[in-house]
Amino acid sequence: MGEPSPAGRFGQFGGRFVPETLVPACEDLEAEFRAAWGDPAFRAELDGILRDYGGRPSPVTECHRLSDRLGVRVLLKREDLNHTGSHKINNVIGQTLLARRMGKTRIVAETGAGQHGVATATACALFGLECKVYMGEVDVARQALNVFRMRLLGAEVEPVVSGSRTLKDAVNEAMRDWVATVETTHYCLGSVMGPHPYPWMVREFQRVIGDEARAQCLAVLGRDPDVVAACVGGGSNAAGIFSGFVGTGAELVGVEPAGGAAIGRGIPGVVHGSKSFLLQDEYGQVLEAHSISAGLDYPGVGPEHAHLASIGRARYEAVTDDEVVAAFQVLSRLEGIIPALEPAHAIAWLLRAAPGIQGRTVLVNLSGRGDKDVAQMMERLG
Amino acid sequence: MSDPAPPPERPAEAGTLERTLRGARAAGRNLLVPYVTGGLGADWPDVVRAVAAAGADAIEIGIPFSDPVMDGPTIQAASERALAQGATPVAILDQLASLDAGVPLAVMTYYNLVFRAGHQRFAESLAAAGVSAAILPDLPLDEAGPWCVAADAGGVETVLLAAPTGSDERLRRICRRSRGFVYGVGLLGVTGERADLAATATTIARRLKGLTDLPVLVGIGVSNAAQAAAVSREADGVVVGSALVRRVLEGGGPEAAHAFVAELRAGLDGR
Ligand SMILES: Cc1ncc(COP(=O)(O)O)c(C=O)c1O
Repeated sequence: MGEPSPAGRFGQFGGRFVPETLVPACEDLEAEFRAAWGDPAFRAELDGILRDYGGRPSPVTECHRLSDRLGVRVLLKREDLNHTGSHKINNVIGQTLLARRMGKTRIVAETGAGQHGVATATACALFGLECKVYMGEVDVARQALNVFRMRLLGAEVEPVVSGSRTLKDAVNEAMRDWVATVETTHYCLGSVMGPHPYPWMVREFQRVIGDEARAQCLAVLGRDPDVVAACVGGGSNAAGIFSGFVGTGAELVGVEPAGGAAIGRGIPGVVHGSKSFLLQDEYGQVLEAHSISAGLDYPGVGPEHAHLASIGRARYEAVTDDEVVAAFQVLSRLEGIIPALEPAHAIAWLLRAAPGIQGRTVLVNLSGRGDKDVAQMMERLG
Repeated sequence: MSDPAPPPERPAEAGTLERTLRGARAAGRNLLVPYVTGGLGADWPDVVRAVAAAGADAIEIGIPFSDPVMDGPTIQAASERALAQGATPVAILDQLASLDAGVPLAVMTYYNLVFRAGHQRFAESLAAAGVSAAILPDLPLDEAGPWCVAADAGGVETVLLAAPTGSDERLRRICRRSRGFVYGVGLLGVTGERADLAATATTIARRLKGLTDLPVLVGIGVSNAAQAAAVSREADGVVVGSALVRRVLEGGGPEAAHAFVAELRAGLDGR
């Protein structure tokens, strides 16, 4: 997965569709990221923090009982073992280091499931930056534990009451904040979406997942896996693991929630700064997504995924909430790993696809752990 | 990779909106462009007529979008309410076509509605409804090329926004390409009423006036007659949105809209 074009395009997708006030900030961010990414001192500091604070490298776990059950050899990339419980920390450490380089003193972020918010609040505590996190009111209710964690870490959590009161509206509100505070504030966007350079920058910060996983697979398997699967909301954990395998023969599978399948059911559109697939009505009004998992409850998808889908390099499948709940239980029972509901989507696809891929090897990105979802599942499963 | 082509040169001939505003300015008048949310309440066309009668030089008609990132709470609420009442771009343009406000109209909306309809079709539908211009706050100069081609061909003036964060060089490029007027963003922030006028409102006006002969209007945060008068000492005029929309949201109707715009008019006229 290469660099986007000068205007931030992956094929026909991407771009920088933001209020004029933010254009110079996006240009500055792009220049700063380019300089930092090419600066060995920056890379060394980032790697050091991800190792000593974040807990990298995360292991790859071979799932023997699940493999026996499915007739498919299953490996998990264990991003759930990262500090703060998901892959989100990789991107956030990168962006907060950049913000510090740019002399910004304040960070705003949006969050759906709360994992990106918790990661952002954590990094802000670590670096002494002021932090405000926007979260849809609906998500505040279903992810109460993460709201408390963010507040404990010193962040201000602002419930968003407009629109669908979920992730999409939290993004709107974070952007509005950024428009007003752009001189002192960095917007720490949580996925491979938004205006250029975010989709590219966030993917580069998540590339570590794929680079590590490829080397680990070679060590365990002596070759690349046949299939690499990951859940897709905005698409950052998937972009991270895909980037390690896009140059191999591995099949890439992104798994969307059935009620929020931007690639499966969307058409090209422009929202939140980039052109991509989008759930929308005949006039272009953005439709609300519906997913059991707050982190995937988003009507759009990162532009690079739209591009990978349109050139056929990656395939995108949708799973239902019921399949996700079943997968959540299966992984817990068979492997002693309680996954977050988001990566349970990727497991759900695997359970469904297994009969058709007997004997093959599948690497699944386990993007986060399920602690945050246990209360919600307790209510559902009794 | 298909990067968008930069916008073509601005057409040599000024459109209706620009000619009207230049004419009024030449007559020594401070310009007033109020914003009305299309589809907000069954009587919204009467609100538009009332605003025209009260002394607007042109009127901005908002076509509501589900995710208006440049708008604060008031216009967001108005957009949500209008959408809940069934407002669509097609219905709003149909009503504008038979409105006959007597002043030029500019549509303010977000780019996805344009992209979804198709550039050419959207431009043609504006022209067919008698709309002179379009303002698309999430379509900055760098992405505006394809739309400008269609808008120019369809006789629609594209008003560009110029923000306090822009370099002189960027503001110059924006002024060179904007049609109708150039929209100076009065503050760092989204639409909404503010108790005090931001210092940026006069600074951006002064910077833009130094770069262009186009009418320079400042909007975002201009909330009352005194603020409008203060801004228009530097700018050619003002755009006022939230303060007017709030009155309509509160149930004020055409009379309240008329009274408020008349107040702004008086302030701008130094009365
Ligand atoms: C564990 C986990 N996985 C995945 C996601 C979805 O994000 P993305 O699609 O950007 O990887 C989230 C978002 O909150 C998450 O918490």
